[in-house]
Amino acid sequence: MAGANPDLEKLAKQEYKYGFVTDIEEDRAAPGLTEEVVRLISSKKNEPEWLLEYRLKAFHRFREMLAEGHAEPEWAKVTYPAIAYDEIVYYSAPKQQTKIDSLDELDPELRETYDKLGISLLEQKRLNGIAVDAVFDSVSVATTFKAELEKQGIIFCSFSEAVENHPKLVKQYLGSVVPYSDNFFACLNAAVFSDGSFAYIPKGVRCPMELSTYFRINAAGTGQFERTLLIADEDAYVSYLEGCTAPQRDENQLHAAVVELVALDRAEIKYSTVQNWYPGDKNGVGGIYNFVTKRGACRGFRSKISWTQVETGSAITWKYPSCLLIGDESVGEFYSVAMTNNKQQADTGTKMIHIGKNTTSTIISKGISAGEGDQSYRGLVRMGPKAHHARNYSQCDSLLMGDGCGAHTFPYLEASNPTATVEHEATTSKISDDQLFFCRQRGISEEDAVSMIVNGFCREVLRELPMEFAVEAQNLLAVSLEGSVG
Amino acid sequence: MSATPLVSIRNLHATAGGTPILRGLDLELQAGEVHAIMGPNGSGKSTLSNVLVGKPGYEVTDGEVLFRGQNLVEVEPEVRAREGVFLAFQYPVEIPGVANNYFLRSAVNAIREHRGEEELDAIDFLTLLKEKMKLVEMPEDMMSRAINEGFSGGEKKRNEILQMLLLEPTFCILDETDSGLDIDALRVVANGVNQMRSPERAMLVITHYQRLLDHIVPDHVHVLSEGRIVKSGDKSLALELEEKGYGWIEGAEGEGDPS
Repeated sequence: MAGANPDLEKLAKQEYKYGFVTDIEEDRAAPGLTEEVVRLISSKKNEPEWLLEYRLKAFHRFREMLAEGHAEPEWAKVTYPAIAYDEIVYYSAPKQQTKIDSLDELDPELRETYDKLGISLLEQKRLNGIAVDAVFDSVSVATTFKAELEKQGIIFCSFSEAVENHPKLVKQYLGSVVPYSDNFFACLNAAVFSDGSFAYIPKGVRCPMELSTYFRINAAGTGQFERTLLIADEDAYVSYLEGCTAPQRDENQLHAAVVELVALDRAEIKYSTVQNWYPGDKNGVGGIYNFVTKRGACRGFRSKISWTQVETGSAITWKYPSCLLIGDESVGEFYSVAMTNNKQQADTGTKMIHIGKNTTSTIISKGISAGEGDQSYRGLVRMGPKAHHARNYSQCDSLLMGDGCGAHTFPYLEASNPTATVEHEATTSKISDDQLFFCRQRGISEEDAVSMIVNGFCREVLRELPMEFAVEAQNLLAVSLEGSVG
Repeated sequence: MSATPLVSIRNLHATAGGTPILRGLDLELQAGEVHAIMGPNGSGKSTLSNVLVGKPGYEVTDGEVLFRGQNLVEVEPEVRAREGVFLAFQYPVEIPGVANNYFLRSAVNAIREHRGEEELDAIDFLTLLKEKMKLVEMPEDMMSRAINEGFSGGEKKRNEILQMLLLEPTFCILDETDSGLDIDALRVVANGVNQMRSPERAMLVITHYQRLLDHIVPDHVHVLSEGRIVKSGDKSLALELEEKGYGWIEGAEGEGDPS
């Protein structure tokens, strides 16, 4: 094809508008991961003994993994300079020690930060009815609507608060979906996790509002290690939104989160993410390293877990939201749009592990590569020996914009059951010059034309997003969302 | 005394992918006129239409294209479109995932904004759309489908005419709009085009076949050969061509060919 179209490149060259830092005094541990640091974290949070022990077990295993030398997964198709684990600060909290009752009591500079991010908690409270648990660096700062949710018996709070107020629940489920030994980054997380979200939806309760959390990495040299645990009891329903922004920094920042979801009989969890981590400048310097383990266990009969994500940020992404389809007739879904630009690298995908009978899974993955971005879709569909009549449908489409980018697909299909069905389709396309020119000849600028076409390409995924994220998805992909007229 | 032409193409030289195709083309269209261009394959018909709308891959090496006195040659394609230049493509593309009606409303509003007119909201646009769809006999449900996806050849051509009806351009170029059409589709397409005829508008109809010109009766007919217009006349020229073939023109070319 003809050489790269310079106008196409203009599309993804949007100034990262969230590039700023909040100057709040912080409380930081010294760099490095030692048993002392782990104990410090645990004591800062007044954690019970059992949790400290859990952390220490993970810590020891982590150091073993480091010593063994083959700890960090090497099979992912990403390259990055070695992470100096002993130079990272594993704990930092803003000096907001007293709990506050209303948003008005928040540190004004903090509030300004949220305003800049376009996440006015106050507005959300008034207009959308979204309960927000805002995580600022490693400590949760505000929780709203707790009282209203409590009326229905819904627990939605920071992970730290859950440890304090609902220890039995936490103890029962923590590490039950992602054990600390599962992988290198999960192990690190289990030792030093700072905070995150916790939700429990009781039997038969349909959570009346989207639950949401905004993350932000602020301090230089601080890794962000959130831990999230969501439990939907029998016949419960919850939709959870995770959205992130991060400021411009010069050094890479490590983000190693763990998300565990548990759905019991006939329960449903919908987990949506719109991610906008700083991707590094156009030479790939200074972006976020995003190594996340997300897994949902469909324990119950006819339980359902859906992952929907739109990713455009981070320098390096390594992330495979997965479903364990344990209960008979349980359902797992994965809808994803991943965009890599400049020198971003992403190795992402999903794992659908079919264990029970008549389980079904759907995977729709849309990858958009631009600039010199490189992305791989890596998917595993495993049909266990008892997964009678289980079905999977996978569709992986790549859209290449320009000549310098790459897209790769590594589907792994393992079937140990002769009655299981696995379907996989994949397409690779470029935005054709003819399509672009057609739009231009109708008066639409090239930038808008690309947006339209990209939006059309991602349509199946974008329509799975809760409406609250529609605006963020728009900004991130530079597209406008609209259904058909009339 | 003739008024200033709406479109004035002077000594146009253009290359396609580096190869010279147009070699000094001259053509004038007054507002209100319909001109037909016929010519053998390779004569430069597509190059002409592509150059007029600014398609990448074509370079104008000499001459100019004046539209309302403005030279289009340096103007971006979308700006030409907003100024009122429209091309009905010979092979309309499909754009999966982008709904027809969403796309059309964007186009209509881009042009209205350029003209300083108020943009149409969804309801007003829908009303306008339904009205125009009747003119090309398209069923309403086609508009919520993706652009040209799953459309037959005839439906795609009708969609082109529908767009022309919606965008109300001043200079319409129809690039072999009749190719691949059966008699009924041809009738519908021609009808749509004729609806657009007006004293403010000029049309350039590019075709191989006389048949279309029975339906869209031209004021002038030109024959394109080797990148130049070699003969012009009225509608009877088209009939003569059909009778005698292009060879007749090319044979006569040596005599009256300006160099």
